[in-house]
Amino acid sequence: MTLPAAFQDWFSRQGWEPHPHQLALLAAEGDRLLIAPTGGGKTLAGFLPSLVELRQATTRGSVHTLYVSPLKALTADIGRNLARPVADLGLSIRIEDRTGDTGQTQRRRQRTDPPEILLTTPESLALMLSYPEAPKIFGGLRRVVLDELHALAESKRGDQLMLCLARLRRLSPGLRVTGLSATVEDPASLARFMAGEAPVEVILADPGPDPDIAMLPTARPAPWAGGGGHYAIPEVLNAVRQARTTIIFINTRAQAELFFQALWAENDENLPIGLHHGSLARESRARVEAAMAAGELRAVVATGSLDLGIDWGAVDLVIQVGAPKNVKRLVQRIGRANHRYNAPSKARIVPANRFEQIECVAALEAVRARDLDGEPRGPGPLDVLCQHILLTACAGPFDADSLYSEFTSAGPYRGLARADFDACLDFAATGGYALRAYDRWQRLMLRDGLWQLRDPRAARLLRMNIGTITEAEMVRVRLRGRGGAPLGEVEEAFAASLSPGDSFLIGGRVVRMDAMREMVIEVSPQPNAQPKIAVYSGVKLAMSTQLAHRVLALIGDPARHASLPVQTRDWLSLQSQISRLPEPGLLLSESFPYAGLWHFALYGFAGRNALQTLGLLLTREMEQEGLGPLGFLSTDYALLIWSMDPLLDPAPLLETARLRAGLGDWLAGNAVMKRTFRNVAIVAGLIQRNMPGLRKSGRQATFSSDILYDTLRKYDPDHLMLRVTAEEAGRGLVDFGRIEEMLARSPRREHLMLERVSPLAAPLLIEVGKVPIRGEGRERLARIEAETLMRAAGLMEIA
Amino acid sequence: MTGWRFDFHGLRLEARVSGALWWPEGRWLLVADLHLGKSERMARRGGPLLPPYESIATLDRLGQEVAALDPLRIVSLGDGFDDDLAGRQADPIIRHALGRLAHGRDWLWLCGNHDPSCPEGHPGEAEAVFHLGAVLLRHEAVSGDGPDISGHFHPVLRLAGERKRTFLVGDQHLILPAFGAYTGGLPYDDPALRRLVPEGLALACGRQIHALPIRGDASGWNTKKGRQWRPGLR
Repeated sequence: MTLPAAFQDWFSRQGWEPHPHQLALLAAEGDRLLIAPTGGGKTLAGFLPSLVELRQATTRGSVHTLYVSPLKALTADIGRNLARPVADLGLSIRIEDRTGDTGQTQRRRQRTDPPEILLTTPESLALMLSYPEAPKIFGGLRRVVLDELHALAESKRGDQLMLCLARLRRLSPGLRVTGLSATVEDPASLARFMAGEAPVEVILADPGPDPDIAMLPTARPAPWAGGGGHYAIPEVLNAVRQARTTIIFINTRAQAELFFQALWAENDENLPIGLHHGSLARESRARVEAAMAAGELRAVVATGSLDLGIDWGAVDLVIQVGAPKNVKRLVQRIGRANHRYNAPSKARIVPANRFEQIECVAALEAVRARDLDGEPRGPGPLDVLCQHILLTACAGPFDADSLYSEFTSAGPYRGLARADFDACLDFAATGGYALRAYDRWQRLMLRDGLWQLRDPRAARLLRMNIGTITEAEMVRVRLRGRGGAPLGEVEEAFAASLSPGDSFLIGGRVVRMDAMREMVIEVSPQPNAQPKIAVYSGVKLAMSTQLAHRVLALIGDPARHASLPVQTRDWLSLQSQISRLPEPGLLLSESFPYAGLWHFALYGFAGRNALQTLGLLLTREMEQEGLGPLGFLSTDYALLIWSMDPLLDPAPLLETARLRAGLGDWLAGNAVMKRTFRNVAIVAGLIQRNMPGLRKSGRQATFSSDILYDTLRKYDPDHLMLRVTAEEAGRGLVDFGRIEEMLARSPRREHLMLERVSPLAAPLLIEVGKVPIRGEGRERLARIEAETLMRAAGLMEIA
Repeated sequence: MTGWRFDFHGLRLEARVSGALWWPEGRWLLVADLHLGKSERMARRGGPLLPPYESIATLDRLGQEVAALDPLRIVSLGDGFDDDLAGRQADPIIRHALGRLAHGRDWLWLCGNHDPSCPEGHPGEAEAVFHLGAVLLRHEAVSGDGPDISGHFHPVLRLAGERKRTFLVGDQHLILPAFGAYTGGLPYDDPALRRLVPEGLALACGRQIHALPIRGDASGWNTKKGRQWRPGLR
């Protein structure tokens, strides 16, 4: 297909020339993956073939083009952007979105009279496919556009989307699929991910000029520890002043809140600066986005909530506060600055502490070398498969053999073993328990060779459980009084730690908790109080393996220290005198006394999740050896354990086999595993996700998924859900793979006994996030608390 | 020491860490809200297929108490089964386990709101309410009609960051935590429970019993700054 004259004219009227990659997509016959930087006209490229086809012939009664994006906000934005060329070209086509926000009336109408172009999210697509009308709606589907595929492919949402895509390809053979992605490290693997039966060809757009990226020079040096970056506030404000619009990226929501507050404390000129993160109320986020789009804001402090999405052409500076942890994400964030194609993006980095300074220098080197990182994708997880089997049954009876072949045509499930499929089907049908208790109450029954819901009414419940996003339970926060404005939400665990009168920070303001009713916290403004900081204990992003290697190589080679700030250089040089520097191939550890306790520091450079797991495993071994470990702390770089007695020789404790054994029998009972289990169980449909508004405030409403986990471990240890949990934990929170990687890449071990704190260990001592050793200690804590209280109440004698 | 001994209207009682109540003088073991057959009832109603082991788990735990204390009588304070049908159609494994536990002792089933017609076809007697000295045993406490010992509410509290099942000991009402494995919890300071036990003791079940005061004024101990434990908000 070539660009028709009318379209050529339209481009000319805008003063544009079609990009080569836009024309390449138009000419393509099969499925394509387009990799282009932000601002490269990616979305238009994706829709151009559809618009050209729809100009020639419309398809009444069935959707022609389905667009899937990870964000609801993006579908609305795309709808507006498409409206213009459609109107200019006089095309008579309907473009509608279908997301969680779409009203019932429109949903019903879309089922009987679908628009030509439908914009949706993976979850809404899964929902639409679970209705019996799906073959009719999508039977005439010609094209699918998958936007921000790189982001979707990083989570289970992508796996679910690929299963849905396999279904669409069945419903409409000959369907053409276009994936759109930002720069990624391995385009071929992303192409395999989205491929059906036929391979997907990759189109690489011109990546544009190298970005203008550097550290932000500051008057004060970065502090020794912490993650706030507040020392750089004056320079950040100055940079904001000089730019037109700035996005300030910060890694966590809590840090974003604090930085925003600190920024305003020094914002004497009242530069309009907003705040945007995932826990703010939808209304507040929408306000900030609208103000941003209208050019009313000079800067917005944001978390990953602005990693994707709406193009704001005016953004000309990105500031990253805190180490980027991951080169690919840094590059994608940099791309948010200056959405004019072929203009270099401008970005500045603010390391939050001394360790991060080294990490930032290493990351800048990687960006300049265009050396992106990324962990290879594992096979598609089975909990998503379980959910998809149940949703398939909602749409109508199915044959197991043909469903298996449909699943194995989806990229992430190409290697799915039949036995695993059968286990998932058994789980969906009977629960898959060794004790066959539910033969009378199976969820799916085999009738006339086809699997179907025993009770069709169950479909409603199953549809409510759609999706693979499982967040910690959140509690909404709003201002006191009738119709008080919603401010956002906090994690339930944090809410549980609040009492009336406590102050905390949300949406950049300090508020006082007044009351909690029906899962809503009511608050009043309290500007001058010292606030508590809300905890958002989501998975903390660990430094990528590749970046960790770069950091270690930089530290280990004094000849390269010239690229580091002078204070950092002096710090490392002192370390090499007092102890020694870590380097590639060497696993360095130190023991030293400090504040009456022995401290053990291990410079593993394996990312915080892996080092946290190592901390849990090593303290357990130390407990058994009678060393009296009291707590530990893990960062991306190092692990610090404090104990009553010194660890003299860590080598035997660091043997892979010994650690692996510890992982098996002890970690299984750990809270990390329980959290992983909860997520898996929700996705697979073992437990119902708690829907806001549906939650009863009664005692029967919820019981902890921990109980299910413990019960299964005791009575059915081979159950599918435990297997899936173990597989998932190995990758994510537990990250044992990276402990093994660390041990494998460090054949040399060196343990130094020091008389005092080493320079490299010093910042760890003042770092926050210490983990006390649990178990008996926790019980002891409860005992002390209860006794203190009884004594205070004068009740010690009554029993 | 795994239990907590206290007096309630002339009865010397012991709150066990298992969540059971022991009356040593008469060798009675009281448990509330076993909810046997809960997972099957959920499956029957088209809900999720939960691991079908909770009845076994519950009876295993009860079995440990029976082995430790050798009671003359076991009292289930209502909601022994998750519904009447669960009681009538109980799985052979549950029947067998109940038979073994009841062997050589009395078993008293009180009726609850979940099993209003009282379990049939199981060892022991069924009653709506029963007297223990001056105290009435019943499923749900009735305000102004104490003293009574009951269950029904599944009280819990949050201690050192963990939710724990808890006994509530007030002037007129003694409320037991749920003994069943798959049971949620109602915070001990929910208005429904505050009304019944405005003052007294909460006995939380950890590896030992942790006793905490319940104060009359609603803003009591839980508003003090700097404490690590808080009432549960679930």
